[in-house]
Amino acid sequence: MENIGIISYGANIPQFRIKTEEIASVWGKDGKIISRGLGIQEKSVPGLDQDTATISVESARAALRRCNIDPQDIGAIYVGSESHPYAVKPTGTIVGEAIGATPDLMVADYEFACKAGTAGVQTCVGFVKADMIKYGLAIGADTSQAAPGDALEYSASAGGAGFIIGKDDVIATINHTLSYTTDTPDFWRRAERKYPSHGGRFTGAPAYFKHISNCATRLMEKMQTKPEDYDYAIFHQPNGKFPVNVAKKLGFSLEQVKQGLLTPVIGNTYSGAAMLGLASVLDVAKPGDHIFMISYGSGAGSDGFDITVTDKIKDLKIENAPLVAEMVEDKKYIDYGTYAKYTDLLYWE
Amino acid sequence: MGGVARFWREIPQRYNLIGNKCEECGQVFFPPRESCPKCRRKSMGKIKEIKLTGKGKIVTYSIIHVGPEEFEEQVPYPIAIIQLDEGPRITAQIVDCDIHDVKIGMKVESTFRKIQQDGSTGAIYYGYKFIKRK
Ligand SMILES: [Zn+2]
Repeated sequence: MENIGIISYGANIPQFRIKTEEIASVWGKDGKIISRGLGIQEKSVPGLDQDTATISVESARAALRRCNIDPQDIGAIYVGSESHPYAVKPTGTIVGEAIGATPDLMVADYEFACKAGTAGVQTCVGFVKADMIKYGLAIGADTSQAAPGDALEYSASAGGAGFIIGKDDVIATINHTLSYTTDTPDFWRRAERKYPSHGGRFTGAPAYFKHISNCATRLMEKMQTKPEDYDYAIFHQPNGKFPVNVAKKLGFSLEQVKQGLLTPVIGNTYSGAAMLGLASVLDVAKPGDHIFMISYGSGAGSDGFDITVTDKIKDLKIENAPLVAEMVEDKKYIDYGTYAKYTDLLYWE
Repeated sequence: MGGVARFWREIPQRYNLIGNKCEECGQVFFPPRESCPKCRRKSMGKIKEIKLTGKGKIVTYSIIHVGPEEFEEQVPYPIAIIQLDEGPRITAQIVDCDIHDVKIGMKVESTFRKIQQDGSTGAIYYGYKFIKRK
């Protein structure tokens, strides 16, 4: 069987953090209650000079530093985000130039709320399998925005991860991937608007839980596996509670979910969320480890992945780029005023 | 639009620190030069493009308290002259570092950041800034 999967990976999380309690105090809310309710203590905030392009480039460069591939052998780049810096002008072109992969390559930006990055992984898997490219680079990154005072303000954060997909020397084999997609208006942002709108409570049961559960069940049916067959499970994480609850419902333990759960300490990185979770798992994974990943994008759909770590992970020069845990710890707290300046809240649409 | 065209031409330098090297005397240039000022005609045909590693150390720095209009939001911020490991000195902003922690001799490495933008409708310019080496 062909061995298609992850050749290398890298991640990037901006240094700034704001605590849930700091945001809550501005709006006269009880921060402790909100923090406990959402399962989010603090979230990452991009600096004035950071956006989805800079996070994507840094993630891609980190991935390249860890392996020995020639960037000219990258035949496709897909950047998934709901916060591409330009509405028209692909982020992927900036990444391609900044890593020296231009000009003989396919590039497109993807948008599917929080699962655009994993959609990029699927595309790369397909092209590699069809022998159309040697390597593909899939990135999920966001500097998500939330309207001031909106419930999403406690979670919308910044970060991303990139995965180089290829054949043979893979550090982790992607055994199978499938998706579950419907038309569900749980969350959207209209063209030309700065902030998203959401269906409130509607975002839970018929959206997040339905799509993740169905995708997970179908993937396990296909692979003939059970939750206990996996060492790690990663679920999209819009807050700290949803992924733990959906895991429990599906029969996974907190132990399996823990390593890939970052939202409590960095917030929801949208397109970066599941992919940063996978990066965090690969940071500690050992040959033979079996990984289950289900992303979720509003609108709505889920991408499922069954992954097995190979012996090659020992050859990865992981020390050439910071671990996810190191970036989570490398932080600087800011107050709400600074946050407002950094996230452009002062310029009301 | 002149700004966009100039920026576009400088993308190799701004994104990837592409400089060049005189293979006659070994000197490295950034930004790249047409010929070596020392070897002059002897350097003809011997100037080779190289990608700098982006690693270096701070030679001197200054904290900017009153910046140009497009950098106003970022004050106070450090601007440093950095000696790259390959030799050339370049001027760049130091980021992700408290202004009180910036020191002469501090080891730094390049990072990819947004440098400026032409208002809210114009082009966004990306390039190198430097962070403390991890
Ligand atoms: Zn010379």
